[in-house]
Amino acid sequence: MSDGLMEDLYREIILDHYRQPRNRHAIESPSCSADGSNPLCGDQVTVSVVVDGDRITEVGFSGQGCSISQASASMMTEYVRGRTVAEARAGVDAFQQMMTTGTVAGLEGFDDIDALVGVAKFPARVKCASLAWKTLEQALNEGVVPVTTPVTTDERNSNG
Amino acid sequence: MTIANPRDTGVQRLPFDLARIRRDFPILKREIAPGVPLVYLDNAATSQKPVQVIAELTRFYRDHNANIHRGVHTLSVESTELYEAARAKVARFINAPKTEEIIFTRNTTESLNLVAHAWARKFLHEGDEVVISEIEHHSNIVPWQMLRDARGIVLRYIPMLPDGTLDLDAARKIIGPRTKLLSITAMSNALGTIVPLEVLVPLAKAQGAVVMVDGAQSVPHLPVDVQALDIDFLAFSAHKMLGPTGIGILWGKMALLDAMDPFLGGGDMILTVSMERSTWADVPAKFEAGTPNVADAIAFGTAIDYLDALGMDAVREHERDITDYALRRLADVPGVSIFGPMDADLRGGVISFELEGVHPHDIGQVLDTHGVAIRTGHHCAQPVMLALNVPATARASFYLYNTTDEVDKLATSLEEVTRFFGGAR
Repeated sequence: MSDGLMEDLYREIILDHYRQPRNRHAIESPSCSADGSNPLCGDQVTVSVVVDGDRITEVGFSGQGCSISQASASMMTEYVRGRTVAEARAGVDAFQQMMTTGTVAGLEGFDDIDALVGVAKFPARVKCASLAWKTLEQALNEGVVPVTTPVTTDERNSNG
Repeated sequence: MTIANPRDTGVQRLPFDLARIRRDFPILKREIAPGVPLVYLDNAATSQKPVQVIAELTRFYRDHNANIHRGVHTLSVESTELYEAARAKVARFINAPKTEEIIFTRNTTESLNLVAHAWARKFLHEGDEVVISEIEHHSNIVPWQMLRDARGIVLRYIPMLPDGTLDLDAARKIIGPRTKLLSITAMSNALGTIVPLEVLVPLAKAQGAVVMVDGAQSVPHLPVDVQALDIDFLAFSAHKMLGPTGIGILWGKMALLDAMDPFLGGGDMILTVSMERSTWADVPAKFEAGTPNVADAIAFGTAIDYLDALGMDAVREHERDITDYALRRLADVPGVSIFGPMDADLRGGVISFELEGVHPHDIGQVLDTHGVAIRTGHHCAQPVMLALNVPATARASFYLYNTTDEVDKLATSLEEVTRFFGGAR
């Protein structure tokens, strides 16, 4: 194992969320939920939230996929629970910004998420990390239609 | 070891000397990180290229480059001769009756689509049945779904059994009087399964159906003789068999090719053009509109020379041995489950597997830090993934330059992956 990969991608906090995911459970009668998938790599996640007024009081996810996608989903749920919908949306934007720029999101009160900043150096994995956040956004938009992260040209590798 | 080949046309045979072969592939000396040598096990996606092929590309551009079939000047004549000589090498390699039956395309996908457009759209009608299988690459599924939607043909699938082989009893029921085309892979890119063409082709022929074989995985790895197989079309790609990207082959029986309309219209494919109408050139020019990929076709001829010198029987024997070794070695790695037949005689050098508790993407990422290049994902064979009930697999695939030491490196690296993700769900 090269140190670089350990430092950049598979930080211990990420593996911790992967091995012991937070809020990985179904939500009874959610206010809204959405399914997301990355068909090319087989990541799949369902995010359900309970919204009371303008605040997210309960959030849960289920699904399967690589360590990055599942750890990111776990972190996302920890971040948004108890926050307002507006704060959650801002979190989605901040996370996307982190994936684009490779600089830490600095999401207030939740340092774990910054551990995912290294993913930005691995373009093939950005969509894994982003899946749960985009799916949350979809759920908040009251969508129940599945979202699919856009496929870029170099991911659309059809070599057998 | 020297293997006699009944089709031998005087090619000088070389012994299968693995150390010498590896020296021909400069990229195999590459390090992925300092002190981490490349272990290239993604050959089903594309093969590496020997110095001979790389040198031929340079030599063509340096010494001969001109457009073909056009000029009377020396370079154009030389380029044309080299291009047509490559066509003859391809024909001999698959034992095609006529050199003109070899059509240069971009890749296997284009070859399959050429038949879907230029043959099937002309000769298939509503209600006619096209039979494919559940283990096809998307490139032998999607063109037929498009044809179904455009022409109302019926698309039928020979199902896969749990061991990754095809259900031949079901095939006997599915292939019937309405079958007009059997389009089938000779070897699964996702599982390595070798398809028993000797069983399926006679079933289709007995119904008077045309048979097309997707040889993208088989032609690079097995001796292939289109006359012995008694098939009508064969599609394959140069880049999976030591040649450059951007060159594919469609072989078809002359009577079928003659009856077909062109695929693309333009230069080089016409006999005459007036303001009102055009007439078509003869096969193969009819299907090679525009300036073709001359340099890569010529270098593909050099790749075929390389394979010919080794002999495809020797290539197959080496890959069978390494696959047999890998099947046994990987089965001993804790947590590894292998998909597809466990008998190396029933599969090519392609091994799809999963590692308990670790997603294929994570397997591939960590293996890369060990220098081991494998493919992860659905391998453009989503129906296979569905049948196996997995979202994706990890896939190691071998070629003539791979060694048992590299299989060992894969196995020990997988043990590292398990240690790293140990305790995962």
